[in-house]
Amino acid sequence: MVRKPRPGAEAIRVKGWIKAHKWLILRRTSQLTILGLFLLGPLVGIWIVKGNLAYSETLEVLPLTDPHILLQAVLAGVKPHTDALIGVGIVVAFYLLVGGRVFCSWVCPVNLITDAACCTRRMLGIRSATQISRSSRYWLLGVTLVLPLATGVIVWELVNPISMAFRGILFGLGMAWVILLGVFLFDLFVAKDGWCGRLCPVGAFYSLLGYKSLIRVVAEERDKCNDCMDCFEVCPEQQVITPALRGADKDISPVIFSSSCTNCGRCIDVCSEEVFHFGSRFFAEKHTLETAETAVKTQANEKGKTFIDAA
Amino acid sequence: MAQRAQGKGINRRQFLGNMLRTACGVGLVGMGLGIYSRQASSLPAMAIRPPGALPEDEFLGACIRCGLCVRDCPYDILELGKLGDKVPTGTPYFTARTGPCEMCEDIPCIPACPTNALDHGLTDINDARMGLAVVVDQESCIAFLGLRCEVCFNVCPIRGEAITLDYQHNTRSGKHALFIPIVHSNACTGCGLCEKACILDEAAIKIFPTHLAKGELGKHYRLGWREKEKAGEALVTPDIEHQYNLPEGMRYDLQGKGLIYDESKKQELPISSNPLDTLNRGMDKQ
Repeated sequence: MVRKPRPGAEAIRVKGWIKAHKWLILRRTSQLTILGLFLLGPLVGIWIVKGNLAYSETLEVLPLTDPHILLQAVLAGVKPHTDALIGVGIVVAFYLLVGGRVFCSWVCPVNLITDAACCTRRMLGIRSATQISRSSRYWLLGVTLVLPLATGVIVWELVNPISMAFRGILFGLGMAWVILLGVFLFDLFVAKDGWCGRLCPVGAFYSLLGYKSLIRVVAEERDKCNDCMDCFEVCPEQQVITPALRGADKDISPVIFSSSCTNCGRCIDVCSEEVFHFGSRFFAEKHTLETAETAVKTQANEKGKTFIDAA
Repeated sequence: MAQRAQGKGINRRQFLGNMLRTACGVGLVGMGLGIYSRQASSLPAMAIRPPGALPEDEFLGACIRCGLCVRDCPYDILELGKLGDKVPTGTPYFTARTGPCEMCEDIPCIPACPTNALDHGLTDINDARMGLAVVVDQESCIAFLGLRCEVCFNVCPIRGEAITLDYQHNTRSGKHALFIPIVHSNACTGCGLCEKACILDEAAIKIFPTHLAKGELGKHYRLGWREKEKAGEALVTPDIEHQYNLPEGMRYDLQGKGLIYDESKKQELPISSNPLDTLNRGMDKQ
């Protein structure tokens, strides 16, 4: 069996290493910078940001609140303080603009773990079919919202690997590494993109939040696609690429509308033909307005269908 | 299967089956989480919440585990529960024996809280009720052994109110006093400075969550004398003062130790001190 070259190998050859890793480097920089800013306080004593991903204060003035956690608290019967509400406003506005799941790929610390699992999986050639549907996360999101209503306790935060990882690094990890190792092994052996792509209710929340968000990946030059499949290989939500990339003859818009897309930009990196770019959801350069509209509709239908498929 | 082979479509049976499987799986996870939350939300007695914390069941619904109270505590006593600790994951607490609350006047941990899990209405630290100090062991507290200590009394930030000293007779020596520390729940904030300061290897005075430290009188109980004080009069038909059928000039009062002769109305004593006179009364008329 001929071993398939690493996805992106062609892109590295054509575009050079840096350009073929541009968004990945930016993303890692973003993830580590955010963590680093939080760590400056406890490690060095420079308090630029205090708190953690649930709620933080930057330079004593800018509050940022995790809307999913605050929503759970509200459902448990809390009347939040004004700062927390302002923080939610800022965060929601930001993700409405850049795409909800930008949180997943540019901020979330668990992304480092699941990306590592995915990479290891590819290197070891592990293949495992999974029965876990990609819609499970929306059900789990429902569970995280119903439980505080029923019990009055923010139950999800007792086990949430994301806050556990981030809080753990800042305030002490305890046994949380067991859960994080669990996520890694789950993604490595049980299901490809198992945690982020199928189970994580936080990702599901942000995906709903960014359902109509502005910034999208656009398969602008899709006619140049040479079917190398590298983008499918690296994409953590492969199903979102198909309609935009292959929909030209069905008049489907080249915009990746699916809110499951994390805007990680890996597809842009690994494509040697530079098919993908970041753009807006209103991208309609090569379409007249009408076709774009019908495209959106077909896209919506398609999405409904893939949702059912996934279920 | 035939439909599956035709293309991407799935039939209703498959669709419902898949839905059911997902729903069941997720439902089970939800139930597991719910049960786990019940077990994981009990706070051990040694873990004390920061000042202004809501009652425990409300606190767990209000605290979003951001850790800002931990960061804003100038004495760095607060910690967030870690997975594997007995404290619910991510929630703040302190341990009185190692790091008690120093009762800052401006209570910086409270305004830091974004969700009112630490009640912003608490502005005077003396009104905080983090727990209650209890002299748990009278056998090892050296004050009960007749030795002078009073460290808890002296270290108490609400000195002389939250802990007072009760002087008692030392029956062992017969000539000394015991200086017994008494905690008063109307003043004790549960800061834990006394537990920290206790000179024993294992503190004899400890901070307990208030519900563990205090008894509570049945709601239906009314203390007669208090009610009378409040109303200014007896709320039941007052007892008619007992009328003793005594000769004029005499009354009976036990606090006054029995029979009292009214000197002003003193006449000839109605009863002779010699019992024989009483027995012989009237005999002379015969």
